[in-house]
Amino acid sequence: MTGDILIDVQNLSIGFTGRSGKLLPVLRNIDLGVRRGETVGIVGESGSGKSTLALAMMGYLKHGLRVISGRSLFDGRDLLTMPSCELQRIRGGKIALIPQNSGQSLSPNLRVGAQLTEALALHGKLALSAFPARVIQLLQQVRLPDPEVIASRYPHELSGGQQQRVAIAMALAGEPEALLLDEPTTGLDVTTQAHILELLSDIAVRSDKAMVYVSHDLGAIARVCSRVVVMYAGEIVLDGDATTVLTNPGHPYARGLLASIPRLGNPSLPIALEGRPPPPGDAGPGCSFVDRCAIAESPCRAERPGLQPLLAGGRVRCRLTERAESIPTKRDGKPASAGGSFGEPLVRLSNLAISYARQSLVDQLLGRKPQGVPTVDRVDIEIRQGEVIGLVGESGSGKSTILKAVAGLVGPASGEIAYDKSGALPATVEQRRPEQLREIQLIFQNPDESLNPRHTIEQILAQPLQLYFGLSGDALRERSIAILERVRLGAHYLDRLPSQLSGGEKQRVAIARAFAAKPRLVLCDEVTSALDVSVQAAVLDLLDQLRRDSSTTYVFVAHDLAVVRALSDRVAVLYQGRLCEIGPTSAVYSRPCHPYTEALISAVLEPDPGARPVLMAEDIMELSPPAKGCPFQRRCHRKVGPICESTTPPQRDAGAGHVIHCHIPIGELTSAQTVSALGNAVRPHVQ
Amino acid sequence: MLRIFIHRLLLGIATVAMVSGIIFAAVEALPGDACTAILQRDASGERLANCRRELGLDRPAATRYAEWAFGAVRGDLGISAHNNKPIASLVGDRLKNTLLLAGCSLALGIPLALFLGVLTGLRRDKFSDLAISTIAIFAMTIPEFVTATVLIFVFSIWLGWVPGIVTASASSSLSAFFPGIVLPVIVLTMVMTAHIMRTVRSSVIDVMSSDYVQMATLKGAPYWQIVFRHALPNALLPAINVIALTVGWLLGGVVVVEKVFNYPGLGHYMIDSISDRDLPVVQAIALIVATAYVGVNLAADLLAMTFNPRLRTLKARSP
Repeated sequence: MTGDILIDVQNLSIGFTGRSGKLLPVLRNIDLGVRRGETVGIVGESGSGKSTLALAMMGYLKHGLRVISGRSLFDGRDLLTMPSCELQRIRGGKIALIPQNSGQSLSPNLRVGAQLTEALALHGKLALSAFPARVIQLLQQVRLPDPEVIASRYPHELSGGQQQRVAIAMALAGEPEALLLDEPTTGLDVTTQAHILELLSDIAVRSDKAMVYVSHDLGAIARVCSRVVVMYAGEIVLDGDATTVLTNPGHPYARGLLASIPRLGNPSLPIALEGRPPPPGDAGPGCSFVDRCAIAESPCRAERPGLQPLLAGGRVRCRLTERAESIPTKRDGKPASAGGSFGEPLVRLSNLAISYARQSLVDQLLGRKPQGVPTVDRVDIEIRQGEVIGLVGESGSGKSTILKAVAGLVGPASGEIAYDKSGALPATVEQRRPEQLREIQLIFQNPDESLNPRHTIEQILAQPLQLYFGLSGDALRERSIAILERVRLGAHYLDRLPSQLSGGEKQRVAIARAFAAKPRLVLCDEVTSALDVSVQAAVLDLLDQLRRDSSTTYVFVAHDLAVVRALSDRVAVLYQGRLCEIGPTSAVYSRPCHPYTEALISAVLEPDPGARPVLMAEDIMELSPPAKGCPFQRRCHRKVGPICESTTPPQRDAGAGHVIHCHIPIGELTSAQTVSALGNAVRPHVQ
Repeated sequence: MLRIFIHRLLLGIATVAMVSGIIFAAVEALPGDACTAILQRDASGERLANCRRELGLDRPAATRYAEWAFGAVRGDLGISAHNNKPIASLVGDRLKNTLLLAGCSLALGIPLALFLGVLTGLRRDKFSDLAISTIAIFAMTIPEFVTATVLIFVFSIWLGWVPGIVTASASSSLSAFFPGIVLPVIVLTMVMTAHIMRTVRSSVIDVMSSDYVQMATLKGAPYWQIVFRHALPNALLPAINVIALTVGWLLGGVVVVEKVFNYPGLGHYMIDSISDRDLPVVQAIALIVATAYVGVNLAADLLAMTFNPRLRTLKARSP
């Protein structure tokens, strides 16, 4: 169904002027043509230049960037030299953008309807009187319920998924011939993401638009694209059809990237791709990937390889592409889990409820308890010495809130957190004993925010060492170096500032700071979600190693189900602050019993062009947990009846510590499933 | 919306009530009172006691506070210790003059500041931005009395275009203040314009590099449509609060400018009353200025709410 070339980027290099006054390229000699009816995915890690390339396809450069060489043609005309009045007609009218993070891309002061009307008015293909009807039609087309209501809302009054749909509707308003999608599902919950991607791939299949899909997420690319371009350090390193690139790519970087992705069906740890890409302007004369390449030879350093066409179709920038196949793309299956036997219970959450409702002044004076349904309720989890328990769930599931309660940052509204043999933990940090504080350490999601930017690494590590062990002088320094080496950083990092480190290195420092306290319990709050996949794999490997060495207990919170699978022994699935299912990781993933777990796992995207997520749960916006009954009742695809709305679901025991909170009888839960077993087997291919 | 308004209004009233207590306590803590001010050197023994009895100053502080506070609510601010006239009418005249000065400065300054702020923000790092921003920094940092003196020297003494001081008395009609008011207005406008302009400039720069402005550009919207529809409504929101602070400052605190130009406004009167030890008047002016600040900030919050839909939505949207 593909036609003539619509988007044609020719030898494009874009750069910015660095502090030294040198021109530093962020894109280098990009050649890329996209035909009508074709959907091309551009993948790459942060800093690879993929978004810059996508925006250049619309003739747009961010502040500070300028063209070094080359052209960016649309339908034969160079957008980079076009006068702005002509550009305005093409942007939105011929080629439209669906942005990342629509919440920030919709003007906060205009109602959704007004913004769509503006898009219609700009590309005047309709009479003025037809606008309102067309707005409704567009909102229906992106499958938004109650389009009239949505049109009268402000962007901040919509959920993330709804905002993304509005952005898609806005892009479609000008009836463009080409669509650029810049990370359109990043930051959305898995079930929402699966719905949006289904909508996008429908658009891709039904229209003959040229589509360019930019993402770091190979799973999303696999779902939508027929052709995939891999970018590294501002260059295209591989270009080929989706199946080849995602299963047996001919470039060492692409192979390393595939191996570093944690997979749902594989319980082992992903393989890390060590090192990091050269910063702009710092690539040597040779191949930009040479320092991280497993098969590099000395000629690779001397000369930059060209983008060579392959016999089987596609292009690759590697001298040794025939030998690339020796690099594995799958893991050998080194299991992360330490096995079934663990020590004594270390932490026990019993009937825990946490509420963020603030007491109003009047309530405080009258001594009344805050009103409303608690954010987290009825949570019972027992964590044994030395095990890793994963908490999963979408945003608003209360997983981070539970961590904060264990860490003593928020007090429970009712129930208790028992610790070791000492009984209930005091509610807040101020009331806890120093020993308890030392033994429970927290690692945060974003090291940029959790490390003080004005402290050197030495000062950061010195704090727990001085505070808990009273170390000073040489002893302090020696211990700091020993800890840095444990997280695979050297002594030369001691006098650096966090801003001088890469994202992965910063997170290692944060981990080192937690382990400096010799903790027994480490609480990990989305510790890898701000990192690129190749870096994430290294951090997961490090966490696993540390835990083997010191038999530390982890509570591992993540929204990425595959990451949790790779590291955890047991997993607890949460929805709206209520426990849905808890059990051994292998049991929960291979045989998800609770309807929510089922919906969640089946919506996960895998970087496999054959796999297709199954959409079970409605993607509606949950505002607050229901006061009564099952938390998942409003979205459940297996709702039993009125009992789900009135009664708290009973605990069903599936054996081996696998407990499901559901009204469906246990026999039915474990046998009649919509999704077949996942295990190591293939995921269902629904066509 | 109405609930928020009533809530804020009650909070504002509570603030003014608290401030009135603090003012009263502070004045009470000062050595001396209205009687020592009236009697001056004779303030001792029998005469002082008589005076205090006459004015009711021998009663407990709480009673006098209550009396003063209720009087203030009804518009009765007491009697000046200096000339035995009702404070309400004395202060009223000055308040009217201050309002005239503030009104003229705002009418000139706000449009100018917004225009310059938007201009420099849109033309970031270009020559016009650098030139205007530099001048603004000078206008902000040079003290008012220096600017005022220079302006008097140039326009009044050297060129002779406008009078250097205001000769009208406090109670004269508003028209009597022209053209003497021109120079004070220019001085005040310079200071406030610089403040507001710099806020608007940085806010415009932020908004112009936001994702939604980029989105509007990539939607194909023409430049001026992006500026007026997408950027400015959001960029001007922070200006509201700065303008509110400026208005508060103009209403209460332009002591220096009023003094330099001999302008019979509140600030000038406040200084005179302090040197006369006319404590009831000082107390009254402090209360008026505090009320003005609270009122202006309340108005600013409500304006911000009107223009920012994100502040308007109440949390309560549960099913």
